[in-house]
Amino acid sequence: MNQDKKILDINNLNVFYGDLQALHDISFHVRRGSITSIIGSNGAGKSTLLNTIMGINKPKSGDINLNGEKINGLQTNKIIARGVSMAPEGSLVFQDLTVKENLLMGAYLPVARKVREETLGKVYELFPILKEKEDQQATFLSGGQRQMLAIARAIMTKPQIILCDEISLGLAPVVVKDIFKKIEDINKEDGTTFVLVEQDVKRSLRHSDYCFVIVKGKIVMEGVSSEFDEAEIMDAFLGMS
Amino acid sequence: MDIIQAIVSGVLLGGLYALIGLGMSLIFGIMKLTNLAHGDLMICGTYICMVLAANFTGNIFLALLITIGVMVLLGFIIQNGLVNRVIDKGSGPSLLVTFGISIIIQNLLLQVFGADAQAVPNTFSSSNVISTQYLTISSIYLLNFIVAVGVIVFLSIIMKKTYFGMAIRASSDDATAAELMGVNTKRMYALTFALAMATAAVAGLLVGMTFVFYPSTGTNYLIIAFGVVVIGGLGSLMGTLVGGIILGLAQLLGGYFFGTGWQLVVAYIVLLVILALRPQGLLSKAVRK
Repeated sequence: MNQDKKILDINNLNVFYGDLQALHDISFHVRRGSITSIIGSNGAGKSTLLNTIMGINKPKSGDINLNGEKINGLQTNKIIARGVSMAPEGSLVFQDLTVKENLLMGAYLPVARKVREETLGKVYELFPILKEKEDQQATFLSGGQRQMLAIARAIMTKPQIILCDEISLGLAPVVVKDIFKKIEDINKEDGTTFVLVEQDVKRSLRHSDYCFVIVKGKIVMEGVSSEFDEAEIMDAFLGMS
Repeated sequence: MDIIQAIVSGVLLGGLYALIGLGMSLIFGIMKLTNLAHGDLMICGTYICMVLAANFTGNIFLALLITIGVMVLLGFIIQNGLVNRVIDKGSGPSLLVTFGISIIIQNLLLQVFGADAQAVPNTFSSSNVISTQYLTISSIYLLNFIVAVGVIVFLSIIMKKTYFGMAIRASSDDATAAELMGVNTKRMYALTFALAMATAAVAGLLVGMTFVFYPSTGTNYLIIAFGVVVIGGLGSLMGTLVGGIILGLAQLLGGYFFGTGWQLVVAYIVLLVILALRPQGLLSKAVRK
């Protein structure tokens, strides 16, 4: 594959929590403009992987490249400034802040702050419900609305790539469908790359272009999502757990 | 003393109490840190202001501005250089750090200024705004109250309307999520401590203009700050004002009904009752898991 098509390129990443190795020699890449999913069960190391990309966890070895430039070792705010954004697990929104304040926090760094009004207008167009509730505290939102807020807040940082950590967790199927639809819309319109980290095999395959399967901190399978066999992934989950 | 007099004085004294507790409330609200050195840092500000006014500026207001600058810097250094190093290791170590700072300040002040009682000379403390047969309001008490309300309103506006305030609230709400927005939360903590020390400098000057003080006075004000913060609700700015006024009222009404010796006893009984009925404080949001 052509180098300039890789937006994110990860090589031989090893991450430890104390003596416990959470990620083993992880290598993968994400194509620009794609929706890539990373499937894994609970404790497979999915969140660790995302936190490492964001600079919250430091890898022991290996490297993470964004647009061909190394970003591991940088501080989180520098990584965000380069165009990586994350919608954290459990829809980690600022509960005491209003919906609008949550979104403005997304535009905290200078580059995004300069164009915040414009981005805000666009985000409100994508998620009209957030406009409707802009002056309410985020703690009063439903689970689905919080998830939308987390994604919208990630968009406010003006990212090239958005990492979504288990956005479907605990939500009703109809709400999840709606959220995935939004992601596909944003992906098509703006060309924003998405990395979706999920437990749900079927849904991950249906809504992504490319797919990696992670089991116990190792990548065990990868391929084009539409060509993947669901049963095969389930076997990988069970066989190694 | 008339009961009206007790109520009016209680409310006005409460304003000063609120200002004393404000910095403590800010620090606890944002980083869940109990700053045991708060009273001593405030009295340290009083001494700095006193020395500046007497020897250099000759003007209390100018002395206060410089003191605010010194205290802001001191606050930033304490948080950035000391507390930030241990704040991730639970509340114990950082509590001990502030306890250590408290001891150091008390002894430094004792070393430099001796144990004698001091005061910041000023014209407010010896004049009255209203002086009738029924009611006396001293200028300094009124000044204390006005400044306290002013500082609290000003701080609320900063917290509500600026990106800086929003980032502080976001860091307090969820530090990880704030980091993911690009906020350097440790930097925010240091700035919060600095901001708290600015309010402590103002409180320190007013305390020095109103009452006499000596190197160990800080502990008394730490206890008052605790009371204010606990009654008002930890971390709530308007709650701090309410907490201060309740504590001031309880103290002076206690004195009115039971005699001066009972002032503080009544104030702290009120504190205990409120703590028993509403442990999260009067204006605090319900505690979230």
